[in-house]
Amino acid sequence: MTADQTAPPLATDHAPLLIRGGRPYGEDVQDVLVVKGRIEAVGTSLEAPAEAEIVDADGCIVLPGLVDLHTHLREPGGEEAETIESGTRAAARGGFTAVHAMANTTPVADTAGVVEQVARRGETSGWCSVRPVGAVTVGLAGERLAELDAMANSRAKVRVFSDDGKCVHDPVLMRRALEYVKSFDGVIAQHAQDPRLTEGAQMHEGVVSAELGLAGWPAVAEESIIARDVLLAQHVGSRLHVCHLSTAGSVDIVRWAKQRGIAVTAEVTPHHLLLTDENVRDFDAVYKVNPPLRTAADVEAVREGLADGTIDIVATDHAPHPRDAKDREWDQAAMGMTGLETALALVQRTMVDEGRLSWREVARVLSERPAEIGRDEDQGQQLAAGAPAHVLVWDPRPVRTTDPAEHSSRGRNSPFAGLELPGLNRLTLLGGRPTVRDGAVVEH
Amino acid sequence: MRHFISIADLDREEAIAVLATAEHMAETQSRSIRKLPTLVGTTVVNLFFEDSTRTRISFEAAAKRLSADVINFSAKGSSVSKGESLKDTALTLQAMGADAVVVRSGSSGAAHLLAHAGWIDQPIVNAGDGAHEHPTQAMLDAFTLRRHLRPGDLTAGLDGLHVVIVGDVLHSRVARSNVLLLTLLGARVTLVAPPALVPVGAAAWPCRITYDLDEALATGPDAVMMLRVQRERMVGGGFFPTAGEYSRRYGLTTARAAALPDHAIVLHPGPMNRGFEIAGDVADSPRSVIVEQVASGVFVRMAVLYHLLATDSREGLR
Repeated sequence: MTADQTAPPLATDHAPLLIRGGRPYGEDVQDVLVVKGRIEAVGTSLEAPAEAEIVDADGCIVLPGLVDLHTHLREPGGEEAETIESGTRAAARGGFTAVHAMANTTPVADTAGVVEQVARRGETSGWCSVRPVGAVTVGLAGERLAELDAMANSRAKVRVFSDDGKCVHDPVLMRRALEYVKSFDGVIAQHAQDPRLTEGAQMHEGVVSAELGLAGWPAVAEESIIARDVLLAQHVGSRLHVCHLSTAGSVDIVRWAKQRGIAVTAEVTPHHLLLTDENVRDFDAVYKVNPPLRTAADVEAVREGLADGTIDIVATDHAPHPRDAKDREWDQAAMGMTGLETALALVQRTMVDEGRLSWREVARVLSERPAEIGRDEDQGQQLAAGAPAHVLVWDPRPVRTTDPAEHSSRGRNSPFAGLELPGLNRLTLLGGRPTVRDGAVVEH
Repeated sequence: MRHFISIADLDREEAIAVLATAEHMAETQSRSIRKLPTLVGTTVVNLFFEDSTRTRISFEAAAKRLSADVINFSAKGSSVSKGESLKDTALTLQAMGADAVVVRSGSSGAAHLLAHAGWIDQPIVNAGDGAHEHPTQAMLDAFTLRRHLRPGDLTAGLDGLHVVIVGDVLHSRVARSNVLLLTLLGARVTLVAPPALVPVGAAAWPCRITYDLDEALATGPDAVMMLRVQRERMVGGGFFPTAGEYSRRYGLTTARAAALPDHAIVLHPGPMNRGFEIAGDVADSPRSVIVEQVASGVFVRMAVLYHLLATDSREGLR
């Protein structure tokens, strides 16, 4: 039997490392001692073993390594936009120790062969764990189920399935997918977008689209699919995950579903926590994304939903594009934004600094819950003795102007260019091995 | 003025200045020699990604009567149809030494992008971008309205007038530019359309919106502007059941036109669907100013080119 590909190797030969003076979960000051790739101890005034490296984490927050449930690494097929190497470097700099790589590559990740290849390239790169997402339908065509069981039982042990970028809109096909993944504890991550209601859609349908004369992407096109899917999930007793929820109405529907005990989880992107359709007024396609930027009222609703637990997680929907795909007329430009390297800064700015989320809750929405949903057994664990040392030391104090040219992602399409954002990745450990120090990757 | 992209960029004073220049231009066009030397030695490029013979020849006539050289660059049969991007086209025009670019595109925001993306330094004139704006059309409509309803005063706006705009508002850049410009000039605007052809979000516009044409006409408007029903843009379909039903509810029939106040005029940006949104007899009636709008278009476009390109437009006409 071959080893599975779900967990990065632990750095058993790395020198001990004592993270001194930081605040785990933003709470009391405690030292964290890492030995042989695992957390050896968490406590006050820990002794540094001989030859231990001491990391001064005074004033820093110590978190479990972040886990992204929604990343587009573009490889295979889209290497001009991103590679697994460049995308996982970007992830590490963002404080991530695991990413789930979406299936809309070329070829599509709809077979065991492709998902194993993606996981293997992630292992080789070594910047974070790469967990492939499998396509729900063959070629993302929405016509027949891909061999989900083969992907689930491959070395990549796929548990998350998504046609992301496209909606599984056929209700019977969605029902069958939800039922089918129950046998191996999988989850369907739905890109909720009614295709008929969004033909040619360019931006959120509302006051701004009316003025700009751009075809509208109405909130109801998202909400109607989510409403249908939570009812389907209830009917067949399956797990449903809602990708990049973006409207106030979607928050209401998920809240209602959770109150009824339906096994639904939901994510929001960092950009939907800050940006609105007002950003579209200059027709700069860096703001073109799917689902589109919504209104200020929607931004408030998703922040509220994230704060009260209706929305389980923040996921980046990191979607790098070559420059030419964005340097175009709005209706011809590609949809998507980069996000891995700015995600935690955005969450700090929009949620923590606003007093709406504690750092312990940040650990929940950016590490523990995404790892649970994705069944990443090795990730998102408590900072406690015995856990694999996937650790982020985050300094919330520095403020920097975002410059996409400095990012490790090949994509330069960050909508936060020029924006001042807080925080610095002082140290990221992947299985006890530093991948990032003081914001820069540690070459290996 | 650096560019002419959107009515939203103008203040009332600038709009009236362009209208006044257009009146001067109109005056020169009744002389025996109509060609002015104003833009001798400059090159105006008409960059048309969308077919529009009417608008293109109007801009071409305007530029030529100001003695500019004109290069027509249309997408069909050019490198654009082979996949060349707006960016590469702009860089090419910049390298060739265009002095101004008049751009028509099916993409909302194309003119704005051309003006602000840094690919080309020259003034950009928006000759229609998607369903966003068609500012020179609105200027020629305002010019025509003013000549008929506020004649004689070059400093006048359209204060106190009531204009009813009817039809496919959703797909209409003409409607958007006119709502902005006519209200900027002091007119009151009522939009009339079947509900599915009113954009979601239009309630925020500075105008009244009704679904009932007869109710709007009963208020005795000073002008009625009929919009072309853009069936070619009706993605998804089903905006109204049949042409017949649309025509009965929203067409400007002879009976409806007959009930208008005596002084009221009828406009249409063209090209018309005769017998659909407007009865042929109404289009040809004395209250129709549709042919005059075409002439106004040349004067207004001369004025816009003049304001953007004349070496010192403050000196007035040479």
